[in-house]
Amino acid sequence: MPRRIERHPILSIPEKREVMFAWNGQTLKGYEGETLAAALFANGVHIFGHHFKDGSPQGIFCANGQCSQCLVIADGLPVKACMTPLKEGMVVESVEGFPALPEDDAAVSPHPSPIREVDVLIIGAGPAGLSAAIELGKLGIDTLLVDDKDRLGGKLILQTHKFFGSVEDSHAGVRGYRIADLLAEELARYPSVRVWLNTTAVGVFADGVVGAVKGKGYRRIRPRKLLVAMGARERMLAFPGNTLLGVFGAGAFQTLVNRDLVRPSSRVFIVGGGNVGLIAGYHALQAGIEAAGLVEALPQVGGYKVHADKLKRLGVPIFTRHTVVSANGDDHVESVTIAALDENWRIVPGSYKTFAVDTLLIAVGLVEVNEFYRKAEACGMDVFVAGDAQEIGEATAAMFAGKVTGFKIAKSLGRFEEEIPRAWETKAEILKSKPGPVWKRPAPEKSEGVFPVFHCVQEIPCNPCASVCPEHAIEMDGDELLGLPRLVEGGRCVGCLSCVAVCPGLAISLVDFRKDSRNPTVTLPYEVWRENVAPGQTIEVTDMEGNTLGRYPVRRVTALKKKFPGTLLVQVEMDGELAKRAAGIRLQKESAAEKPGDGEAIPDEAIICRCERVTAGELRAHIRQGVRDMNQLKALTRAGMGACGSKTCRPLLWQLFREEGVDLKEVTDLVDRPLFVEVPLGSFAGAWGDESDD
Amino acid sequence: MTETYDAIVVGAGSVGVPTAMALAAQGVRTLVIDRHVSPGQGENKHALGGTRATHSVPGKILVCLRSLEIFSTWEETYGDPIDWVKGGYLFPAYGAEEEKVLKEILPVQRQSGLNIDYISPEEVQEILPGIRAEGLRGGSYSPDDGNASPLLAINAFYRRAVAEGAVFHFGERVTAILTRDDRVEGVATERGKYHAPVVIDTAGPFSPSLCANLGEELPILPELHEAGITEPVRPFFKCLVVDLRSGPGSKNDYFCQNNRGQVIFSLAPDPPEIGLNKRSTSSFLPLVSARMVDMMPRLKNLRVRRTWRGIYPVSPDGAPIVGWDQKVEGLLHATAMCGQGFMLGPGMGELLSRMVTGKTTERDAVILKEFSPRRRFESHEALK
Repeated sequence: MPRRIERHPILSIPEKREVMFAWNGQTLKGYEGETLAAALFANGVHIFGHHFKDGSPQGIFCANGQCSQCLVIADGLPVKACMTPLKEGMVVESVEGFPALPEDDAAVSPHPSPIREVDVLIIGAGPAGLSAAIELGKLGIDTLLVDDKDRLGGKLILQTHKFFGSVEDSHAGVRGYRIADLLAEELARYPSVRVWLNTTAVGVFADGVVGAVKGKGYRRIRPRKLLVAMGARERMLAFPGNTLLGVFGAGAFQTLVNRDLVRPSSRVFIVGGGNVGLIAGYHALQAGIEAAGLVEALPQVGGYKVHADKLKRLGVPIFTRHTVVSANGDDHVESVTIAALDENWRIVPGSYKTFAVDTLLIAVGLVEVNEFYRKAEACGMDVFVAGDAQEIGEATAAMFAGKVTGFKIAKSLGRFEEEIPRAWETKAEILKSKPGPVWKRPAPEKSEGVFPVFHCVQEIPCNPCASVCPEHAIEMDGDELLGLPRLVEGGRCVGCLSCVAVCPGLAISLVDFRKDSRNPTVTLPYEVWRENVAPGQTIEVTDMEGNTLGRYPVRRVTALKKKFPGTLLVQVEMDGELAKRAAGIRLQKESAAEKPGDGEAIPDEAIICRCERVTAGELRAHIRQGVRDMNQLKALTRAGMGACGSKTCRPLLWQLFREEGVDLKEVTDLVDRPLFVEVPLGSFAGAWGDESDD
Repeated sequence: MTETYDAIVVGAGSVGVPTAMALAAQGVRTLVIDRHVSPGQGENKHALGGTRATHSVPGKILVCLRSLEIFSTWEETYGDPIDWVKGGYLFPAYGAEEEKVLKEILPVQRQSGLNIDYISPEEVQEILPGIRAEGLRGGSYSPDDGNASPLLAINAFYRRAVAEGAVFHFGERVTAILTRDDRVEGVATERGKYHAPVVIDTAGPFSPSLCANLGEELPILPELHEAGITEPVRPFFKCLVVDLRSGPGSKNDYFCQNNRGQVIFSLAPDPPEIGLNKRSTSSFLPLVSARMVDMMPRLKNLRVRRTWRGIYPVSPDGAPIVGWDQKVEGLLHATAMCGQGFMLGPGMGELLSRMVTGKTTERDAVILKEFSPRRRFESHEALK
């Protein structure tokens, strides 16, 4: 497989200008404007440097500008490879130990930045921030929207799947990256909203000022109202080998394959069965990367069942009640070992399985990025929070919450007189709903005419199928958003395939007995590689949960290209009863695992603080000696003192205390301080110019 | 049941912890009480870690010379790393006034045993590569000063104090100093009472409220100072630099590269800000950065990692307040370290232990006269 994704079943591949750059003295090719990380990955470079403490290889981990693990030296200066755009002729080097400060002694004339006032400052241009900005824009309110990335949309731009939620409120049925475009287009219509991209908010200060770095310039903003819509960060997990290269957050992986269009691996394994993990597996397959399996510690996946079923149908095994034991390899992941868990969360002896993979995706949940919210509140600022920064949920919920918060801010400014409808709050709650119980749903009895079969057995907030049916023949059973879809009594299906093409879960098939009452045609949705389902080719058809129903030749492949781009509609002919159970097409063979003998899983060597390379064992020793203050733990071990500012290790520190049987009420949390990311002294001094760049 | 000790130290900070260590080493049964949950969580952790004997008055010089001996030999004596760097202190001079001040105090400094010299601009540039040469008139340099990690040092002192038998109560607030007939009896906390004939006030900015309506009035104000630390880079200078030039909004700034390659910096705001709000302000970084890159342009590319704000408990003349209370017998003040608690602490701890055990020396008398709570607070420390 080439290291660049040159074609994709869903995403279009933009044309880019090729440029040359140097990497440790070697000349390489990359694309202008892509991140240094993408350019290096495209050239097969995964090791970006070695850690000063233990010489361990360093490279991409969060791909989100947060963790600082991907530091490289570009034109003499240490920068994050995941945030720095490639330029022609750039000289890039690995960071070996401490970087040297360039001996650039040219005098500078400082231009300190004045404090600028705005009515509303929104930090984060993801689904929540954008939606709020649109409402404020409609009301003509002076708003500044800042985001650290080079485009609007936040994590929406990584989402190649169609969205759940409601059609009327959150573009359900549209693919995430397209929703980002739609919101950005809408926002562009409102001149009262100014957008600063490539702008990282770095601190909320006691004087009610938010500090932000725009390019290399420092900006001080004093907003009347502040909205923190900074989304979430990924939780990390402590296990041996957890900092090997090739262990990524699932979000980092999505960034690499779907935004940067590079293929960081050939075979991944996924830890965590929430929606993020399930979707990451799906994104891997779409990017032409094998997914060897997924482990989930709970008895069932936490994400939407339709997402899990979609993966299973494509041939990705899901191991519930399993845990990751270790990632194995010298510098880079070469294999991963998992094991079964008993009811007491202990590893079942002899249940170890090892898979040869080069990448392990961690998707064990998200944590709210709400430090600025808490700090602003403590400083007495008028601050709001929305989206994942408030409560982890789906992007659909974040969009709606953003919109409602936009109105609340307008109201607090006296710029919106009406009451905010009560129904909105209810709607917001519904959109935030966790997946409900799973129902048993027998196959339809009738064997005549044409009708959709719903492989949708779990209540989730989603209604596109009902919205697109031209005959209004589909309705939700019970709640109009949460209920399961069904055919209206006496409703007429015309076989238009809209519901099959729109369903975000790929959980609707269409069975057509009209031409052949014994061997009906079945139409199945498919979003991976077209050549696997070419007419005449034999495909393995599965039921809802991935059990094989036999191999069948493909009769026809169509698509409703204009309305529902990206979803192929694959027709096969099958026996009548099987046809009603058919739900998907298998893509890959089940991965074989070798089973090693019993191993001991003592993660004392697992790294907790990645920045300072502090192990669980080191920290545990202090906890056992009675340390209960994380600030003292930091003073003693440097855990949390690194570049990321404890963003990654803090949840793990709490976990460690819990595992040691410490009453968490006795534990004192780390004190949060600015800065959010590292910023050159020269930026604060205004050494690189004035305000003319905005 | 009331616990009884020989001495109770209020505050487990830069002075309290080394004091407990020194007392316990003398066999004094010592209790330390602090409202924070672990050692050094008040102002100690806000310190840069600069440790100098370079002061303009003999008392401070003498205490800090002893501190330096303790810092510089700690690791080889006890094995705990405290990140000690013997890099000296450098006070570059760009103006005639600064040059004059620095040269004037040399005799006093040398008389007190300090190893210090006024060096040429070329020598300054050798010690601090990248310093702006234009207008540089040399500077004073004291090679035996250095810096250490306050975080590691206080934990090392704490472990040592515990090993010597000192008892620590954390997360407990002293609500009153107990007296009878103008004699100390102990302290009361929200959890109970503790008895001891000696109570040592090492509460820094909280000394005035601790001793309110009790002993002598303590003229201490909480002055807010901000500081920051950068990413680590390959070591390129070893000294702690004090830039004495006053500028708009600031009186001076100071920075060093610590043992971990990180540059740690602070600034004295002008006018000083009095208060207890320890949240960072947006004005500090632009102010201190402009000063630092002006004197050392190459610092512009160095990335700031974190900033914080802490309190200097200051006396009117910039010297500590140390001595037995004249109104309440058994109450010993060791406070108002004026932002120098970390460097004074180890030497001060030993001095206090000699006071408690009645073993003070002639040298101690010189120091105690200078730090007396009853002095007139009129003089002015040139290197405050």
